[in-house]
Amino acid sequence: MSDTPNETLTGAQITVRLLERQGVRLLTGYPGGAILPIYDALGQSTAIRHVLARHEQGAGFIAQGMARVSGEVAVCMASSGPGATNLLTAIADAKLDSIPLVAITGQVPKAMIGTDAFQEVDTYGLSVPITKHNFLVSSTEELLDVIPRAFAIAASGRPGPVLIDIPKDVQSRAIEVAAWPEPGRRKLPAAADGMALAEAASLIAAAKRPLLYLGGGVIHAGASELALELAEKSTLPTVMTLMALGAMPVDHPLSLGMLGMHGAPYTNLALDECDLLIAVGARFDDRATGKVAAFCPQAKIIHIDIDAAELDKIKTAHVGIVADVGEALSRLLPLVPANPRAEWNARIDALKAEHPQPLPGVHDPRSHFGLIQAVAACLDDDAIVATDVGQHQMWVAQAYPLRRPRQWLTSGGLGTMGFGVPAAIGAALAAPERTVVCFTGDGSILMNIQELVTAAEQRANVKIVLMNNAVLGLVHQQQTLFYGQRLFASEFQAMPDFVAAARALGIAAVDLDQAANPCAALADAFARPGPCLIHAGIDAEQKVYPMVPPGAANRDMIGAQA
Amino acid sequence: MNAVSRNENQALSRAVLEIDVANHPGVMSHVVGLFSRRAYNVEGILCLPVGDGRQSRIWLLVNEDQRLPQMIRQVEKLEDVSAVRRHHADHAVFTDLEAFFQA
Repeated sequence: MSDTPNETLTGAQITVRLLERQGVRLLTGYPGGAILPIYDALGQSTAIRHVLARHEQGAGFIAQGMARVSGEVAVCMASSGPGATNLLTAIADAKLDSIPLVAITGQVPKAMIGTDAFQEVDTYGLSVPITKHNFLVSSTEELLDVIPRAFAIAASGRPGPVLIDIPKDVQSRAIEVAAWPEPGRRKLPAAADGMALAEAASLIAAAKRPLLYLGGGVIHAGASELALELAEKSTLPTVMTLMALGAMPVDHPLSLGMLGMHGAPYTNLALDECDLLIAVGARFDDRATGKVAAFCPQAKIIHIDIDAAELDKIKTAHVGIVADVGEALSRLLPLVPANPRAEWNARIDALKAEHPQPLPGVHDPRSHFGLIQAVAACLDDDAIVATDVGQHQMWVAQAYPLRRPRQWLTSGGLGTMGFGVPAAIGAALAAPERTVVCFTGDGSILMNIQELVTAAEQRANVKIVLMNNAVLGLVHQQQTLFYGQRLFASEFQAMPDFVAAARALGIAAVDLDQAANPCAALADAFARPGPCLIHAGIDAEQKVYPMVPPGAANRDMIGAQA
Repeated sequence: MNAVSRNENQALSRAVLEIDVANHPGVMSHVVGLFSRRAYNVEGILCLPVGDGRQSRIWLLVNEDQRLPQMIRQVEKLEDVSAVRRHHADHAVFTDLEAFFQA
């Protein structure tokens, strides 16, 4: 507690002051009756800039974009009832991808809770299973404890979303504040077990065909460089999950890119042959492992994760280490002997040569892969790459040259269509010096298209590349491959004029289909500051290949031939 | 097949969890929610405050299942849970209550 003269402040003023003391300078939300006291206090704050979204789900994903780019806890706000329920999808998404958020919702006054009051919903109950922790604040005094704790919980251990539901009377009541609590900060976890680290080092030293398997935890821990050092020292071929892309540059000689359902053929085949899998900050998600019994069937497993519940959840580890992965890797590094592994890496090179990732049309900017390459050619590694969810997301994951941590923002665990545009806006707000490109589809963009207005209002430097095939691509693909080509509810009968829609919502737009030189039109769009929608028609028959059918072993890929 | 007594049968198929938690209105739903979302039935629940009332102790009677170790780890992760201890099904906390549960 720090010394300040006593002040009489409302719960709303206390909330805003505590956010200021946390260092929050930017937050996003959408006001409504039950959170108006906080908005009134927020309007008086000179330290905090509030970005008005156009839908509470948009606010949730804008906050996610801020958190994913900065690694810091981001804040979003909404009112009670529909405001809160609209936030839930973005909160659930943050839970599955371990993104640190603090969501603050207004609630009806305490005396009215349980009466089915106007815009009353059980926000606390609804958010229990999708938050890391949640609070229903029952007194103004409690705010002084709850708000710093919420930040500490969101940032500590495995990060995640924390919701604070604050009844309106708790916001309005004034109390005397004698002293302010310390801001809530990330608490350091216990150190990794030295014996287990030594055991891991000897397994690595003894392995003939080891693979390093990096997950999103490596990004969250800021441990990408350490992971790269370990890979280089022991010459470990390295696979990444969707969430870990960027941890190692994809064009690094040891990189095998993304594994799993849409991983490259050589990547999944290498996993089949490995005798040791070193999982770091990864959770053996079913999209990564395919049929678990057939995943790395010959391998012993070292599993390092900050969340003890992830060890042995899907695969039993021979050595399990609960720790911050950065701390664990920094202590593992000196224990692991340098090893050139010439034979194993020659085998990997042979797999790469024999079973490459198919990239049809990569030199044609009017094809899906060619468009992704042409966009990448307009940008450097400082750019941030966000996606929505669908075929375009997987194609970008397969083909974009991601080279640094926090360059890549995508909805991994929940796979939420509508993530891309608001997350990209949040990224642009948190990192205004960078260009943000958002790849999206004609299905996904419609799920949060109202946020184009937010982008226009904020002049966010977001370039939205809309890959329009007039179908729900992944649904179309699965119906074609696994449901007897019975296409149902996956082909859009009516298609908006997206270029006109973007302009109507206040942002510039360009149609590559009408451009004589699409590469020049792209370069032109990227050269102009501010938001822009770049529309490109693509072929609806193109599939995301290779594809491991749901429930199949990763070695059984469809469309693996180049 | 040899006959087994009721207690032996319970000891084979059930477990008792003793969970120390912060005492507030939401804690029970946090704990049992982890079970219900996995369609993992909780056979018995007992909860009372301990000490000055800031802490409570929840006793759960659950079926033995290969998922139980993972369930315990998930419960341990909850912010309001300070400790989880696992006992055999013949623990007195539930067997002493049997008189209250005659059909």
